[in-house]
Amino acid sequence: MKYKSVFDIIGPIMIGPSSSHTAGAARIGRVARSIFGREPKWASISLYGSFAQTYKGHGTDVALIGGILDFDTDDERIIKAIDIATEKGMKISFVEEDAITDHPNTARVFIGDDQGELELVGISIGGGKIEIIELNGFELKLSGHHPAILVVHNDRFGAIANVASVLAKHEINIGHMEVSRKEVGKLALMTIEVDHNIEDFVLSEIEQLPNILRVTKIVD
Amino acid sequence: MFRNVAELVELAVSQNKQISDIMIEQEMKVRRTTREEIMGLMERNLVVMEEAVEKGIKGVRSHSGLTGGDAVLMQKYIEKGNFLSGQTVLEAVSKAVATNEVNAAMGTICATPTAGSAGVVPGTLFAVKNKLNPTREEMVKFLFTSGAFGFVVANNASISGAAGGCQAEVGSAAGMAAAAIVEMAGGTPQQCAEAMAITLKNMLGLVCDPVAGLVEVPCVKRNAMGAANAMVAADMALAGISSRIPCDEVIEAMFKIGQSMPTALKETAQGGLAATPTGRALEAKIFGIPLDKK
Repeated sequence: MKYKSVFDIIGPIMIGPSSSHTAGAARIGRVARSIFGREPKWASISLYGSFAQTYKGHGTDVALIGGILDFDTDDERIIKAIDIATEKGMKISFVEEDAITDHPNTARVFIGDDQGELELVGISIGGGKIEIIELNGFELKLSGHHPAILVVHNDRFGAIANVASVLAKHEINIGHMEVSRKEVGKLALMTIEVDHNIEDFVLSEIEQLPNILRVTKIVD
Repeated sequence: MFRNVAELVELAVSQNKQISDIMIEQEMKVRRTTREEIMGLMERNLVVMEEAVEKGIKGVRSHSGLTGGDAVLMQKYIEKGNFLSGQTVLEAVSKAVATNEVNAAMGTICATPTAGSAGVVPGTLFAVKNKLNPTREEMVKFLFTSGAFGFVVANNASISGAAGGCQAEVGSAAGMAAAAIVEMAGGTPQQCAEAMAITLKNMLGLVCDPVAGLVEVPCVKRNAMGAANAMVAADMALAGISSRIPCDEVIEAMFKIGQSMPTALKETAQGGLAATPTGRALEAKIFGIPLDKK
């Protein structure tokens, strides 16, 4: 079953006008911010398909920047997000792409500061639900039908087993898991879909494990 | 866990409970938490719905200028008292429009089941509230009953305009609302299912053709008529009228119609009202793009 909770149907509370073009866009921006771990100094966002066609009218642009500022879907500051970000000195650019993507509502979010960069591709699949399909060149297959956690870690023995043990200890069932890396022994990414939403204290516990760099939650 | 409307009704009837109770109990299992917490979460949604209606009734306008102010006109018309249909129906229309006008103006709303169809369920709820004087708990339960039927539609068909057209969004919302009205008015679980079926049958084939791709025209007025449809269908079910085609089969028909609907009529702003001369002219004006470039 695609939808598990009544609050997927009655909810989310959000700033209008579109659950896919506004709430979904904010969630894509917020996942990028969350994985980046801090407020970026610049953001360059490419929009595809229906996002590129209608983003101005839907506030897709302010919603994406709102998400990057860590605003939730119901945060009224989303409306003024571009002004707020500009005041903070964030350099923002939007590119309307002509390329045809698999999904009509696709955004490529490229953010960074003098210490690092992050590039993420997200799609908004309806009702505010999103999927992240690419992160820093790692391909992901987050279905968006389950809550998930993304774990950036060093590619070392035991890193995966340690994370799995913490989840097992808290009786959290893993529905789907994949690991991708670009080079042996360097940075790697665990994508773990679980059956239930994970409490923040479990995430902190995982974050404190050796070789774990960052943990991010994508709520169902 | 119920998978379809027949199972949902059967669960309620066999345990002598309301549809809303079955939904609440299922959510308690999914979230592993208490009834109080689940009710509290839904109460937050209810508060957002109330605030949106209040804001819309006072009058709002969207950034594009396409929508806004109609809830005010409707409210003034009702107050004059010379209306032809019923007061409760028109209250539902006015409050549904209010919610969607707030949505179009980038105000805060609760998606039910989507943002574009967010007016129907609260519109009917607050209209029926004036007639039936429900308790706060009964109002929260109204949302669980709607949610239970929406849950079935979302899992067996679709609640996305891009996937199934407007019938999947406002159609689903109207069916959900009709079922919840019946429960609040004291109807049986089976009557809830009949109301949902009757409503959805009359929304089948409705396309998603928003002008300029914006959730405004015709979305706001489709919410108005979705609310009116739900009110009348609820009265029909309470009168003892049943749907010859069972609710689950209507939902399946909606799904199949959505699959065979052309892409131009599924939230791409390429067909229907979006492609009319006036629709195209409005689009060009809003985005500042010359008509021949479109």
